[in-house]
Amino acid sequence: MNETPSSTIEKLVNKFNGQTIEFAGETSVILPAEKIADAARMIHDELGFDLLSVMTAVDYFPEENPRFHLFYRFTAIANHQTLNVRVPVPAISPQVATIEGVYHNANWHEREIYDMFGITFAGHSDLRRILMPHDWEGHPLRKDYPLGYEEPQFSFNFDEIDVRKPYAKNRRGE
Amino acid sequence: MGIEQKLGNMGVVTARLEDLVNWSRTNAMWPMLFGLACCAIEMMSAQAANYDMSRFGMELMRPSPRQSDLMIVAGRVSRKMAPVVRRLYDQMPDPKWVIAMGDCASCGGVFNNYAIVQGVDEVVPVDVYVAGCPPRPEALIHGVVTLHEKVRREKMKDWA
Amino acid sequence: MAQIEEVTLDGMTHLVSDRALQGETMLLNMGPQHPSTHGVLRLLLELDGETVLNAIPDIGFLHTGIEKNMEAKTYQKAEVMTDRLDYMNTVGNNLAYCLAVEKLVGLDVPVRAQALRVILAELKRISSHMVWLGTSALDLAAMSNFMYCFRDREIILDILELVSGQRMMTTYIRPGGVWRDVPVEFEAAVRNFLKIITKRIDEYESLLTKNPLFIDRTVGIGVISAKDAVNWGLTGATLRGSGVNYDLRKFAPYSGYEQYDFDVPLRSEGDVQARYLVRIEEMRQSVRIVQQAMDKLPMGPVRSNNYKFVPPPRSMIATSMEALIHHFKLWTEGFNAPRGAIYTAVESPRGELGVFIESDGGPKPMRIHFRTPSFDNLQVLPVLAKGFLVADLVAIIGSVDIVLGDIDR
Repeated sequence: MNETPSSTIEKLVNKFNGQTIEFAGETSVILPAEKIADAARMIHDELGFDLLSVMTAVDYFPEENPRFHLFYRFTAIANHQTLNVRVPVPAISPQVATIEGVYHNANWHEREIYDMFGITFAGHSDLRRILMPHDWEGHPLRKDYPLGYEEPQFSFNFDEIDVRKPYAKNRRGE
Repeated sequence: MGIEQKLGNMGVVTARLEDLVNWSRTNAMWPMLFGLACCAIEMMSAQAANYDMSRFGMELMRPSPRQSDLMIVAGRVSRKMAPVVRRLYDQMPDPKWVIAMGDCASCGGVFNNYAIVQGVDEVVPVDVYVAGCPPRPEALIHGVVTLHEKVRREKMKDWA
Repeated sequence: MAQIEEVTLDGMTHLVSDRALQGETMLLNMGPQHPSTHGVLRLLLELDGETVLNAIPDIGFLHTGIEKNMEAKTYQKAEVMTDRLDYMNTVGNNLAYCLAVEKLVGLDVPVRAQALRVILAELKRISSHMVWLGTSALDLAAMSNFMYCFRDREIILDILELVSGQRMMTTYIRPGGVWRDVPVEFEAAVRNFLKIITKRIDEYESLLTKNPLFIDRTVGIGVISAKDAVNWGLTGATLRGSGVNYDLRKFAPYSGYEQYDFDVPLRSEGDVQARYLVRIEEMRQSVRIVQQAMDKLPMGPVRSNNYKFVPPPRSMIATSMEALIHHFKLWTEGFNAPRGAIYTAVESPRGELGVFIESDGGPKPMRIHFRTPSFDNLQVLPVLAKGFLVADLVAIIGSVDIVLGDIDR
C-alpha cells in the first residue's frame, strides 16, 4: 500500500500528543480519544486526506483499559497517501466524539460500531442500531457475547435435539 | 394423436376430480419473487434462457404474495427478516407450497451463529428441501419437479 | 418468531420532516420484499405526491454475523465464508482475504498464481457487471438485456466450474497462490470467450445507449458532484462516474496489475447515464486485461512452497515426514499469525473492498472486518434521490449497484 509521509505522522504526534506503532511496513498513529474530533478536522483540511476508507473497532476483552481500539484509515486520492489512526477507548461507558461533520460517511460506520460494540459517539445525529433489530439486547461483536450457535444433530442425538427445535406452526397458522 | 384417442364417440372423458385439480395446480404454479442472497442469483439463472423454468409452468415470478402459489425461500434468513417471511407466507392464499432452496434455508448452512435462523422450517412449514450452496439450476428444477410429484399425490381435503 | 413487532415512527421522528408528521406528505414503506431493490433492502420514503423528499434506508435484513463467525475458525477454514459476502464477486472476495493473510504472515505468491488470480478476478468482474446490467435494465423494463446477459454469464460460470468445480462460490484462490493448476481446456475456453465477448458487449450497448427512452430515464438523474462523492466515501464506478480517478488497481497495484496496460474510464456528469457508460467501458477494459494476461501467462508453480502456511502436496505425505507433520498441524491447529493489524484493499466491481485483520498471535483471527463498498455507496442514497420521482429512484438504486450481502455482512 502507499506510504504515509513521515511529516504527516510527526505533525499529528506532536500536536495531539500521540504515539506510533509499526507493523508489516506500515506505521499507525495512536491518538487519545478526546482529541479525535480536532485531529479529524486537521487530517481533512490541512493534510489533505479526503476519503475515510474504513472505520472499525477491536475488542481486547478481558483487558479493561483500554478495552477497545478504534481504527480509522484515511486516503488522499490525489497524493497517493494513506494514514492509519488508532484510538484507545476504555471499557466503562465507552464514548468518543463523532467525526461525522468532517467525513459524512462516518455516519453509518459509527452506527455499526455502536450496534456491534456499544461504543457511543457524542454528537452523532442519529445513533440507533443499524444491523440488528432495533430491540435487540447486547452488542454482538464483543468478546463476552456468545456466538450463539446450535448444536449439530448427529444420529446419536438427533431425537433429543429434534424435540427442542422450534418448528413452524402448520399451514393454518394454529 | 394422443388425447383425441380417448374421445370415443361421445366426446366425454371421465377422470377423478382430484387428479384434474392437482394436474392443473402443478402446471401453472407461479413462484413469488423472494430471493434473499446468493441462491437468488441461481434462481434467476434458472429462470433465464439456459435452464428455462418456464417449461415447468413457472412462467412469471410474481412480486406480490397475493398472486403467487409457491414461495421459494432462496437464501439465508436472518433474525430480523424472519417475521417478514412469516407475514408474507400468511398473505399467500391457499393452496400454497414452500421450497427451501439452498443449505442456509434448509438448515442454517455454513452459518451457525446468533444472526441466522437455523433452517427456515422454524418459521414456515416446508415441502421440499433443495441442497447445495448454491444449488445448481438443475438441482432447483429437480426440486420443483419433486414438488410437482408431491402435489399430484395430495388429497383435496388437505386444502379444503 | 411469528410475531412481528409493530414498528412505529417514534424512533425515527428526527429523520422525517415536520410535514410528514402533520400528514401533508406521505410516508411509504418500500419493503424488504420488493422486485426492484436488488435484495432485502427496506426504504422509508417520504413522498410529496410522486416526488421523493427523503429516502431512509433500513438495512440489516441479511446480517449474517460473518465477522464474528470467522473469529471462531482458523484462517484456512474461515476463507469459505468470504465467498458469501458479496456473492456477485466471489473470486474478488477470496482474493482480498488471501492478500490480507499473505501480508499478515509474510507469504510469497508465485507469478503464475498471480496471473491466474488476475484472469479469474477480471472474468468475475465482467460477470458481475453483466448481472448489474441485466437487473438494472430489467428495472427499467428492458427485458431482452436480462436474457442476453444471463446467457453470456453462463459461459463464464462454465469456465469457473472447469477450474474449481463450483459455479459461484469457488474458494479457488487460497493463501499462497491458488488451489491447483488449471486443466488443459482452460486456455481454449477463455480464448473462445474472448473472441465472442466484445461483439456481445456491443450488442448490449446497441439496445440501450442510444435508445431515446433509456436516455430520458437516465440523463440528469441522481447527480452527485466529485467533492461530495469523495466526502460521502463513494468508491468504484459510482465515484468514477463523477470524475474522480480512484481505482485501486492503479492506486496501489496488487497481484501483478502493474504489468498490464489498461485504462480507467472516467465520466464527469455524475448521473445515472455516466455510471452506466463507465461500467460498460470497464467491461471492455477487463477483456483487454484478460487478453494480456492469457498471452503472458508464465509457467511455474501455482502455490507457495512455504509449508508452514501452505499444505504440502498429497503425494509428498507418503514419503516425507516433515510434510506429514506440516499437514497435520495445518489441519488441526492452523498456522499462527504474528501479533499486529493490517489492512489491504482490492478493487471489486463495486468499489474498494478492504480487509482489516488484527491478530493476537493465535491461529484464529482475533478481529476481522470487511470494508465493503456497497455499505458506503448506499449511504448516499438520500442525497441522490432527493427531488426525483419514485420511478427515478428505481433507476438510481440500479445505478449505484448494491449487493445486500456486501452491506449487511
